Amino acid sequence: MTALSPRFGYAAAATVAALALTGCVPNNVGTTAASNTITVDSSATDCAVSSTEAPSGNLVFSVTNSGDQVTEFYLLADDGLRIVGEVENIGPGITRDLVVLAQPGEYFTVCKPGMVGEGIGSTPFTVTDSGADLSFSGDIAAQVEAANANYKSYVKDQIENLVVGTEDFAAAYIAGDDDTARALYAPTRVFWERVETVAESFGDLDPRMDLREADLEDGQEWTGWHAIEKDLWPEDAEAGFEAYDQSKREALASQLVADTNTLYANVQELEFTLDQQTNGAIGLLDEVASGKVTGEEEFWSHTDLWDFQANIDGARVLYDGVRDILVEKDADLAATLDEEFEQLQVLLDAQREGDGFRLYTELSTSEIRAFSDQVNALAEPLSRLTAVLVL
Amino acid sequence: MPHDDTKGLSRRGLLGLAGAGVVGAGLGVGGAFAVNGGGSTSTSNDVASTYPFFGEHQSGIITPAQDRLHFAAFDVNDISRDELIELLRDWSYASARMTAGQAAGEYGPAGGPYDAPPDDTGEALDLPPGGLTITFGFGPSLFDDRFGLASKRPTALIDLPKFPSDALLPELVGGDLCIQACSDDPQVAVHAIRNLSRIAFGRATLRWSQLGFGRTSSTTQAQTTPRNLFGFKDGTANLRAEDTEGVNEHVWAASGDGTAWMAGGSYLVSRKIRMTIETWDRTSLREQETIFGRTKGEGAPLSGGSEFTDPDFEQTGRDDAPLIDDASHVKLAHPDTHGGAQILRRGYNFVDGNDELGRLNAGLFFISFQRDPETQFVPIQLALSRNDLMNEYVRYVGSAIFAVPPGASSSSFIGAGMFDLA
Repeated sequence: MTALSPRFGYAAAATVAALALTGCVPNNVGTTAASNTITVDSSATDCAVSSTEAPSGNLVFSVTNSGDQVTEFYLLADDGLRIVGEVENIGPGITRDLVVLAQPGEYFTVCKPGMVGEGIGSTPFTVTDSGADLSFSGDIAAQVEAANANYKSYVKDQIENLVVGTEDFAAAYIAGDDDTARALYAPTRVFWERVETVAESFGDLDPRMDLREADLEDGQEWTGWHAIEKDLWPEDAEAGFEAYDQSKREALASQLVADTNTLYANVQELEFTLDQQTNGAIGLLDEVASGKVTGEEEFWSHTDLWDFQANIDGARVLYDGVRDILVEKDADLAATLDEEFEQLQVLLDAQREGDGFRLYTELSTSEIRAFSDQVNALAEPLSRLTAVLVL
Repeated sequence: MPHDDTKGLSRRGLLGLAGAGVVGAGLGVGGAFAVNGGGSTSTSNDVASTYPFFGEHQSGIITPAQDRLHFAAFDVNDISRDELIELLRDWSYASARMTAGQAAGEYGPAGGPYDAPPDDTGEALDLPPGGLTITFGFGPSLFDDRFGLASKRPTALIDLPKFPSDALLPELVGGDLCIQACSDDPQVAVHAIRNLSRIAFGRATLRWSQLGFGRTSSTTQAQTTPRNLFGFKDGTANLRAEDTEGVNEHVWAASGDGTAWMAGGSYLVSRKIRMTIETWDRTSLREQETIFGRTKGEGAPLSGGSEFTDPDFEQTGRDDAPLIDDASHVKLAHPDTHGGAQILRRGYNFVDGNDELGRLNAGLFFISFQRDPETQFVPIQLALSRNDLMNEYVRYVGSAIFAVPPGASSSSFIGAGMFDLA
């Protein structure tokens, strides 16, 4: 494990497998058994494990479904009820890994072909003490619950602000007060961008509200923020582009307000699992990498850095929500993420101007490159967060 | 005036190659690096293999997909109809030679008049043919009013619609003519395009070109399924050459299709698909497999089985959710989703260095052959562009469509039927 710095020390089991492959053998990632891999054969009648004992630490259960029904595999605690780890939806003939960080103790392995009932082939499984320090202080379940509750409030708060801001923006746009509308555009969109991965998860609303012109297909009507953006900042529009008339302005603005209210209603009852939160953080970084760093998101107004900051704000909130848990599980990763978030913020702060930011078109090539590099520097370790936390 | 193609390049073609006004002798006379052409073999990766240039169909379509690609699109200069015909004759002549393992011109790279530049550029000297195929196509713009071909435009040669999530770069779109050169040796493919470009100077100019490494689909049953740059097997369900019925139904144009001169030809769609592999590499294996609807290792559909098991879109898992997501690539591209429509895919991976942000400029140069793009390619691409979970990680930057005429007889040239000269 010392071959890689902690920064790139991927989940231990995966690293063992990867390092074993560096010789001149066909690349066969995923099928090379690490020493702590236990194979499981989930058949119609049995749940055969290759070993009933393993040392504490990262364990890989490589589960092959040899039956003809979809199966699941569980590692249960010594009460035979509490789920320590599970892998579900394994189709017939398919192999999937369950990686768990196992503490010393007594467990049961069990398969559930057909996904109903008690399961079959329940077998005692012993994890011996390898001497590795795997202890956590604090109640992780309670922390996860708190993180979920906090994030729910955050999402609702942002969308509430979005509703208010959008109404003001729409009123100014309809009234023909373009200066006010332009001034409200980026600061209002910030509320969308902070929770973008949640906001865009409603498949019918997202294209109505946030579609870019490049994403249209022939004959599709263009609505939402960016359609209005082009009308407010027509400088880069194609020759022959005509400013929208009053009825089109009213139609676009009122639909945006109505859709935002629908979004508000939709987010009221959302719940977030731990992996949804951590994957949300990486999703926001991907939004930055593929849309904001390239200046494609705010193609007409060039206010991409507002969105950039908002995406990072949202990712930071998600990260902070689980940071206490991470510190206990992988303090090195937490330190890396703290540092990389900070470095990215330094770059963003350097571009502040008044209450906002410089326009994307005012950035030099080297400034854009520095943003891109730092987004990668943050996103790569951030992408390990889910696996570290759910193990 | 009738022109026997086997007699060599036109004077103009020779000017391009050698600048010496020598009328050529026949095939197989020169060829300083001629490797014995012999007959075709069906085994890809046999570096000595050759495929015939002349025949009922052009090679490079159901030919076992070679490992390397150089694809080029050309714009025709301000020349006459006769000059265009002459260009196609010259291209056919040189292509027949090169696919047989010979030099582009009769003297070869190291011979000929000492005060003239060689009639072959030379980088394929000492190299085997590498299964080289050279396949020609005609873009919609060729059928405007310049060459009197408007009435010859095939009905199936549509203008592609704008697809959602297209981010096309004008310099990577379209073209009057195209040449697809495939070989198991990259330098052999490049040599072909380079020499054909040289022959065309003054008559047609390069509009865009694309190198590809790593075929991303199999076109015969003997070939193993290769992987794209997402790390997944690609083209598992592709049409195969052995499936004569399927190929006749889905690939070859027939005389009854509305354009008689295209019978035995096909239609080529190329799409340059940039992959944002940096963000892809940060996604979980769960998400990656969900996006494809297949396992990453074996390539089995998530509904179960092994690579070639038919996906079962009805198979459900926990909470009765389908094991194969409705917006997965395998579901959206599957013939069952499109009334049985199939295409013959023949794409290649590419990496064109890196962009200004330090990201690999990597992706898939998609090529498909089909009998009728409107009912085969377009609905599949529309479904993918609208809903594919993969869209977050791809953007379409190049796009083109070409009518690929039938093969030529050895006394004729590619596209002769279009000029009523067949």
